Amino acid sequence: MKIAISSKTESLSGEIDSRFGRCPYFAIYDSDTQSTDFVVNKAADATDGAGPAAVGQLAAAGINEIVSGDFGMKIKDLCSQLNIQLTIIKENLTIKEITDNFKSK
Amino acid sequence: MKIAIASGKGGTGKTFVSVNLFLTLRNMGLEAALIDCDAEAPNAMAFLPARLASETEIFEYRPVIDTEKCVFCGKCAEWCEYNAIICISPAKYIRMDESLCHGCAACNTACKYGAISDSQIVSGKKSVFEFDNDRCLAEGRTEIGIKSPVRVIKAITDNPFEKEYDYTILDSPPGTACPFMETVSKADLVLLVTEPTPFGLSDLKKAVNVLEMTGKPFGVIINRAGLGNHDVYDFLKEKDISLWGEIPFEREIAELCSEGKSIKDELPDIKRKFTELALKLEDYGNSRN
Ligand code: SF4
Ligand code: SF4
Repeated sequence: MKIAISSKTESLSGEIDSRFGRCPYFAIYDSDTQSTDFVVNKAADATDGAGPAAVGQLAAAGINEIVSGDFGMKIKDLCSQLNIQLTIIKENLTIKEITDNFKSK
Repeated sequence: MKIAIASGKGGTGKTFVSVNLFLTLRNMGLEAALIDCDAEAPNAMAFLPARLASETEIFEYRPVIDTEKCVFCGKCAEWCEYNAIICISPAKYIRMDESLCHGCAACNTACKYGAISDSQIVSGKKSVFEFDNDRCLAEGRTEIGIKSPVRVIKAITDNPFEKEYDYTILDSPPGTACPFMETVSKADLVLLVTEPTPFGLSDLKKAVNVLEMTGKPFGVIINRAGLGNHDVYDFLKEKDISLWGEIPFEREIAELCSEGKSIKDELPDIKRKFTELALKLEDYGNSRN
């Protein structure tokens, strides 16, 4: 299973970005290999529709779950149609803290 | 000659200048027309004795995706500048978001599988108004929910009148994005209205940057002159940009504007300023011919 976390930086010690569509990077955690990669959010600078476009990018990469600070209605609709699970984390945790939490599951 | 009255942002008195310049040109017996191109919030007609003469609907392109024919290749989504199409190949998912679509039809060109067909929606209205027994006023108004006013601006700036005018004033949309560019592209001359304040200057700089790239002739009108500082003047000098006119700040102007009146007859000083501006335009027009 692959989990995408909206991320402020390209580093495990960096924090989760509370904005889903406009975060600069996604941390992609793969539960099979227990490894984390970072990808650039191609939609980050879009004038409009950044959220849905980011979902498109992640869905194409085979993501099953997205973790971010919040999701708009459009994103919720789209992800439920695509069977992508959404998890909201409001605290400013680091990417490592979040992935460690997944590892312990 | 088409003259766009524009500014880097709203609230600089663009419409005030447009309306009064129009009235001044008419008063001088010249063939002048005015088009309100601020299609998201047109308001110039409110300052004029304008009588609605005709109304036409403006249509805009919308793609219709046939999911039977679609192979989910994602080309259309890739070509869409506005993120209006989301296509997820592995999930065999495609969707067009009406609220993001700008009607550019790029997706249609992109699709090699004949899965996209054409439809149209009403994106706005083009209205022509009568002034002094002459249908010389026009306005574009974008429908609520339409993402971009560009289509409407295109339609309204494309000869809305029954005859040609020597001077057509285009009251432009604020900002320097696509609506502004669309309006400016139709103009022979752009006059940027600014205020002599730090905010005015920073917006002016943006507009100047964009206009320099287009190569359009442009100049500046300083509204509310006397307020703020001298930086705008220094900038104009440094850039060698012509100052077309200065309209002094007067409390009465603000009051008249808020009452929906044009100032022309009420304030002789301001009236003179507009006459000077109109004469300058006449000179400019003659020198072009
Ligand atoms: S018409 Fe243009 S904006 Fe609309 S979906 Fe197609 S490519 Fe995107
Ligand atoms: S380009 Fe045509 S076939 Fe490809 S995803 Fe878009 S609509 Fe479907």
